[in-house]
Amino acid sequence: MTLPRRAHPRPLDIANGRVDLTHGGGGRAMAQLVEELFIKAFDNEALNQRNDQAAFDVPAGRMVMTTDGYVISPLFFPGGDIGSLAVHGTVNDVAMAGAVPLSLSAGFIIEEGFPLADLARIVASMAKASKDAGVPVVTGDTKVVEKGKGDGIFITTAGIGMVPPGVAISGDRARAGDAILISGTMGDHGVAVMSQRESLGFETAILSDSAALHTMVAAMIAAVPGIHVLRDPTRGGLAATLNEIAAQSAVGMLIEEAAVPVRPEVLGACELLGLDPLYVANEGKLICICADSDAEALLAVMRAHPLGADAARIGSCRDDAHHFVQMRTGMGGMRVVDWLAGEQLPRIC
Amino acid sequence: MKYIDEFRDGAVAQGIARTIAAEADPARAYHIMEFCGGHTHAISRYGLEDLLPANVRMIHGPGCPVCVLPVGRIDAAIWLARQDGVTLCTYGDMLRVPGSQRLSLLKAKAEGCDIRMVYSTLDALKLAQAHPERQVVFFAIGFETTTPPTAVAIKQAQALNLGNFSVFCNHVLTPSAIAQILDSPEVRQLGTVTIDAFIGPAHVSTIIGSRPYEYFAEEYQRPVVIAGFEPLDVMQAVRMLVRQINDGRFEVENEFSRAVTRDGNEKAKALVAEMFELRRAFEWRGLGLVPYSALRLKEPYAAWDAERRWDVPQDSPPDNKACECGAILRGVKKPVDCKLFGTVCTPENPMGSCMVSAEGACAAHWTYGRFRDVGKKADA
Repeated sequence: MTLPRRAHPRPLDIANGRVDLTHGGGGRAMAQLVEELFIKAFDNEALNQRNDQAAFDVPAGRMVMTTDGYVISPLFFPGGDIGSLAVHGTVNDVAMAGAVPLSLSAGFIIEEGFPLADLARIVASMAKASKDAGVPVVTGDTKVVEKGKGDGIFITTAGIGMVPPGVAISGDRARAGDAILISGTMGDHGVAVMSQRESLGFETAILSDSAALHTMVAAMIAAVPGIHVLRDPTRGGLAATLNEIAAQSAVGMLIEEAAVPVRPEVLGACELLGLDPLYVANEGKLICICADSDAEALLAVMRAHPLGADAARIGSCRDDAHHFVQMRTGMGGMRVVDWLAGEQLPRIC
Repeated sequence: MKYIDEFRDGAVAQGIARTIAAEADPARAYHIMEFCGGHTHAISRYGLEDLLPANVRMIHGPGCPVCVLPVGRIDAAIWLARQDGVTLCTYGDMLRVPGSQRLSLLKAKAEGCDIRMVYSTLDALKLAQAHPERQVVFFAIGFETTTPPTAVAIKQAQALNLGNFSVFCNHVLTPSAIAQILDSPEVRQLGTVTIDAFIGPAHVSTIIGSRPYEYFAEEYQRPVVIAGFEPLDVMQAVRMLVRQINDGRFEVENEFSRAVTRDGNEKAKALVAEMFELRRAFEWRGLGLVPYSALRLKEPYAAWDAERRWDVPQDSPPDNKACECGAILRGVKKPVDCKLFGTVCTPENPMGSCMVSAEGACAAHWTYGRFRDVGKKADA
């Protein structure tokens, strides 16, 4: 009686190996990559069934689903990497409906020649983010493209979550008189990523704010189930996101420049690069629009959470047929806070 | 932020605003042209018009280097980018400026031309070093401020013996443009445009100093205050100009004394004088052919001049007929006077150059100030 032969006689050479086309080919090499890297790292019941789909029971009620592609360059940046970002971004998109995130899927498109060590680092970071958030990656896919046809690695994640009964959060629910709150400082993620771009070469201690916001959202909803709008100001920053909401809800907005928290280091970097922090991406902040009477209670809940220590009320919604987002500047004058024209910072998430 | 917050102090601005309101004579109007796009941007970005009394009005000038380049020079840059083996390096703003036939460098890039956005001339030099098989052309634009960096790049190319680097030179001069505006028929004969005073350039003046403006102040009897680009600089300059106008003075005063001297940067001026010579005339968008208003490389540096290396077309196609950029750059019209403004011409889809750069009068007004038009044009 001989012992069953091991499926993969030699383990993956994670320290020195590279992804090659066989890792996406559907053969043993791919099975080994999935087994030794992905399943080992993500380790959960649904994934461990090793099927092409995850099967699990869901409670009855209202479900949300979202998907997001991550193409950030560079892959590793101060405060995170493409792996943790791919978890946080999608968890946050689920949470912005007020939903409790349940599970994620992950699709990897990897360029031939990508170091296995980098892949392992990304997967480990993704697994940690997923475990910390309590949202498992239950199914996945791996594809390898020829060298030159990708840029290292792209990740797509999808997420599902359940909306608690009585919660109806949507971008079209802002009303004149509503308060506009944000959970913290603006622009950290974008500046942290920009600081790593080769052609800029400036050094900064700024970390990306990449974080999963669902526990803060849960606390906010527990305090005020009737929140009108939640949204995370990612690409295009605060300015773009407020304009989206103003257009969706057909309201105007007035914000106070002096009330918007921005770290001095971020302000300095923006000054140097000619950027406006209002347009720079965030990955761990949210905008909350609520009835004026709920604003103080929500601010207290946000400030009590580690991710909302710098939460602030920055302005109010108002009637405006043109749906302008306006700002009273630090000088006391007024200006429009417009949509972003063109692309300020490519591949920021 | 140290050295920046001091110049963005809202309370101080309110104080200056009160002084201006108190000193401005309600019986007259004050028409002040800010020459530079940097000032235009600051005025719009900080909403400074709200801090000025109704009879103190700002007129946006032509000092936006992206805006004043004529269609022909954009076409020429596209032509260069299409030549075999050429890598064209440009500052980001130029990418979206419309040339003729609805082309732009951005569209040429999408067609397959090798066009790179760079942050400085040094990036272009590095590209030339890294790719000896390519001809790297730097699309040099700008006023006196950006000329010395171009000069330094050429010096470095010379020292490195970089035969595959050249410069498509479009450097222009501020004083000639101011003179052209003051000599324009609208100001001189027709009197349709009133310009009582100028806010003089900030960065340009760090190079050329305040002396070159003394001639205008005297000859055209218009006061000039050189001012920095921070909002308090602009407010302070307006106060100084209101005082000069009230006193009947027309002097050159320097608000930006933390960076500008009377003689400017001697070293930079000497370098530019050594390497560049005046063009007999150069076309400006809006101002037409302006005599002795631009620079080209002198003969000893001809090897680095893209216009000598290639037979670059010197055509001068007209602007879009409905586009009012020309009149806007001369201060004759305001952005809202243009039929295209905000209808077919927006920052996403610019028809004219003033809608491209953040320093352009149209882009600044659209992006920051268009709420002011509600009840005027938008609701008319």
